[in-house]
Amino acid sequence: MKALIDKDRCTGCGTCVDVCPVGAISMLDGKAEVSDDCTLCGMCVDSCEFGAISLPEVGTGPSKEQETYQGIWVYAEWKHGSIHRVSFELLSKARQLAEKKKVPVGAVLIGYKLDGLEKELFSYGADIVYVVDHPALAHFTDEAYGNVLAFLAKQYRPEILLAGATSIGRSFIPRVAALLRTGLTADCTDLDINDDGLLVQTRPAFGGNIMASILCPYGRPQMATVRPRVMQACQLLEPRQGAIEKVSIPEHLLKSRVEVLEETISEGPSASLVEADVVISGGRGLKKRENFKMLEELARLVNGAVGASRGAVEAGLADPSQQVGQTGRTVAPVLYMAVGISGAIQHVVGMQGSKIIVAVNKDPEAPIFDICHYGVVADLFEFIPEFIKRIKEACGDFKN
Amino acid sequence: MHIVVCVKQVPETQNVRIDPTTNTLIRQGVASILNPFDHFALEAAFRIKDMNRESVKVTVLTMGPPQAKEVLVDALSRGADHAVLLSDRAFAGADTWATSYTLSAAIRKMGDVDLVICGKQAIDGDTAQVGPELATLLDIPYATYVSRIEFVEPRVLKVIRQTDEGTALWKIPLPALLTVLKDVGRLRVRSYRATLRARRYDITVWDAADLGLSENTVGLKGSFTQVIKVFSPQRAKERVMIEGSVQEQAARLYELLKEQGVPGL
Amino acid sequence: MEYFLTEEQKLLQEIAYEIVRERIRLVRAELDEKEEFPWEIMKDLAQADLFGIWIPEAYGGLGMGILENCLVVEQLARGCIGIATTFAASGLGAYPIILFGSEELKRKYLPPIARGEKLAAFALTEPGAGSDVSAIRTRAVRVGDEYILNGTKQWITNGGEADIYSVFAITDPTKGPRGASCFVVEKGDPGFSFGKKEQKLGIRASATRELIFNDCRIPKERLIGREGMGFIIAMKTFDKSRPGIGALGVGLAQEALDISVEYARKRIQFGKPIISFQVIQHKLADMATKIEAARSLIYSAARYLDSKADPPDASKIAAMCKIFASDVAVQVALEAVQILGGYGYMRDYPVEKLLRDSKILQIYEGTNEIQRNIIGQELNKEYGRIKETFIK
Repeated sequence: MKALIDKDRCTGCGTCVDVCPVGAISMLDGKAEVSDDCTLCGMCVDSCEFGAISLPEVGTGPSKEQETYQGIWVYAEWKHGSIHRVSFELLSKARQLAEKKKVPVGAVLIGYKLDGLEKELFSYGADIVYVVDHPALAHFTDEAYGNVLAFLAKQYRPEILLAGATSIGRSFIPRVAALLRTGLTADCTDLDINDDGLLVQTRPAFGGNIMASILCPYGRPQMATVRPRVMQACQLLEPRQGAIEKVSIPEHLLKSRVEVLEETISEGPSASLVEADVVISGGRGLKKRENFKMLEELARLVNGAVGASRGAVEAGLADPSQQVGQTGRTVAPVLYMAVGISGAIQHVVGMQGSKIIVAVNKDPEAPIFDICHYGVVADLFEFIPEFIKRIKEACGDFKN
Repeated sequence: MHIVVCVKQVPETQNVRIDPTTNTLIRQGVASILNPFDHFALEAAFRIKDMNRESVKVTVLTMGPPQAKEVLVDALSRGADHAVLLSDRAFAGADTWATSYTLSAAIRKMGDVDLVICGKQAIDGDTAQVGPELATLLDIPYATYVSRIEFVEPRVLKVIRQTDEGTALWKIPLPALLTVLKDVGRLRVRSYRATLRARRYDITVWDAADLGLSENTVGLKGSFTQVIKVFSPQRAKERVMIEGSVQEQAARLYELLKEQGVPGL
Repeated sequence: MEYFLTEEQKLLQEIAYEIVRERIRLVRAELDEKEEFPWEIMKDLAQADLFGIWIPEAYGGLGMGILENCLVVEQLARGCIGIATTFAASGLGAYPIILFGSEELKRKYLPPIARGEKLAAFALTEPGAGSDVSAIRTRAVRVGDEYILNGTKQWITNGGEADIYSVFAITDPTKGPRGASCFVVEKGDPGFSFGKKEQKLGIRASATRELIFNDCRIPKERLIGREGMGFIIAMKTFDKSRPGIGALGVGLAQEALDISVEYARKRIQFGKPIISFQVIQHKLADMATKIEAARSLIYSAARYLDSKADPPDASKIAAMCKIFASDVAVQVALEAVQILGGYGYMRDYPVEKLLRDSKILQIYEGTNEIQRNIIGQELNKEYGRIKETFIK
């Protein structure tokens, strides 16, 4: 199995040779030749402007029942009595996708004491809500929740199943995919329907250095997870009422070998990091831990949270729980301010989904300026106090 | 006790990027490394072994081309007892399902596995799916994002998981699978004795036939998802540099953000 | 240059240098500034199996010799000799037990030292006895099945942090040099306590403390060898360990040279990198040549000392290693500061620490002046035995 070269289309330009990360392509008699080292990663396909490269098709063809799968489902993440915002964002997206395919949108609610929560799901576009309400599901466990969602999907056969890539979603949705023997694409930044009616899943790879588009042609349902704040939640203007289907699940599926002993909500600085609308992040440029107080003040003024780069955490300037980046948290707030952060790719990966990125750095060559929306080349020790002053002036001192 | 640590050899991703003008990959001598998140999986296993050297054995397992032996030798040099490479041309193009399927066949073949430990995710795929999928295929309980592991009984663990809002304390019986975070500890240095042993160690290599897997169930043929296109991410279309004195910059930035409706301002 | 090392020897170098690159260089400035003991690095060295280099395999060590020890400490010295001294001093403290300890003592103390679980220390120096070791006054009196120790030791490396101490005390004041003995004292033995931690010019990560023996009672089995063997044990131990001090010097000097050459290539003045100027080239040439000479001396000497059980000129050779390499280290470090100029003086850059650290190499484990006495006296003896004449 390796990438296929259409020799008629190949012009021998050699672009693909440089693109291959494992060096599997070489030129032979003026045409590209792929060796057995090919890992089928797909990098070369798009690099060929002549369309001469393709990958062999995945899988072994459609199953007999493929046609019977219909509808777009969203897993509505319930925890401690409320539904996670990402579920509404996904429902809005599902509505869009459903318009293209002319199919209904379903939401799945799993938990305990769920009465009344369906209303919100309808208001974001669900046509039908499947409810599984049971004391055994009062606390999340991968095993039970996974069994339940897989059971429902097997029974009702949605063609597409979406879920939020939260710590819960990233943990149990792969289990659902494995139980259903189907494909899953995690952390999608975009979803669309192509001309063949298939879900096109777009996500970052190689630490965010490239974007990949992925298809699941034969597995059903086609599954994808999406991080919070990537999609827009749009509440429907007209209130509507959909159908509610209460499903009872065979007892043995509700069992979990894992026992939840305790769940704690941390009060610390990171608690609000992932949820905040505004994140002010500090890097090594802050030099001392006390200097983070300046960022804390700014964050307080705008009801935001304080994050940090890995460099700042390693230098002891901030808590590891505040770290934003590949080995820290991923955030996508409305406003992300990178203060005294150089912008190494591992940090950028953790915040590039932010709506507005502002970079403050005294080095005009800092890579952070390549990815920001607004750049301020200034000494942060002068700029931040000025910025704080400006906000206070605008809002009056009672904000303190 | 037999612990299996699943690892992956990955390209060093900081050097993989696309030239935005030509949309082609710039490959600056990309080195292959042991997936950084797998470091912690190895350390977690070694710390369990520290507590009971006699009765704990650690096997490091990977699916990859013959070159992937390098990461197995590295793991052996730090204290792993055994190493197994799953290598077959038929494994190429595997998505997370096919990878998990192949790994599960290997673990089943080993027979006596008590604990499987994986890193949180691989830095090339970034999906974090293989751990949970593998556990599901093996039909064993699992816990992800584990920051601390404690033995409460010989065959029962207590683990602390990191969640978006805080932590959770779970009790989990063996056999089980864990995916771990850097909190479990920094990977230890290479040991002299272990490195000498690693150099002479005969790594077990299994192919599809050894695992009893037909070619339709592994690699690209055995996968469900496929990358059809790769492109460079769109950077901020218009970057605005705010000029002037510090006062002017602060005022202008405030204006711009307020215009955009940033909450809190 | 090729030193014709075996695969095992090269691996020891590799592993030690990996620890320098991945661990030591990251923390050395902070440990120096805070005068903090390098426990984490000791753990890394233990995990790397390096603590057992010259402990026999029967007791869990690698059973290797002086050369292997030198290879490892040279690499560690490229990181920090405060840390390397901590490591080497543990080997020094174990050596009396290895050389002359009873089977029981070896079985009890060597395995945990080999595993890096416990550190050792060597306690000879006293306030009134530095170079003049015969002036030690700590007394050990045999009472029934115990020895009772009274006295103080000064400037003991790893004092307070180590668990196992090789302590030299006078058992018979009438016998002069044959009246001293060596004992194993453990942290926690009744009557054994520590004084304050010293603040030093350099090797600040290394802990240096006073040991206080106040009717300290230890079982008689803790005697190493026999009563009266004290100074023999000390001298034989130094014959083995002094090349290692030389190796510390070589490693430190190498680090200084590496930094200097890199700096000289990058620093542009008058439109050129300063390495284009002859003055700098000559400085670097002399530094590099001295390091190569020191290294070659140490490696040759170590091979020689390992090849025979008790070479008659062991003391002379060991002393030569120590003085030559330590003098080179100080000279090279001084020159490195000069080459880096202002940057060499600033704490932000690592060379000022190299200079501060290097000085101790000429002082501890026998001052260079005493070493030169040893060499001079040996030459006198040797030539007394030679029949050949060189003067016409």
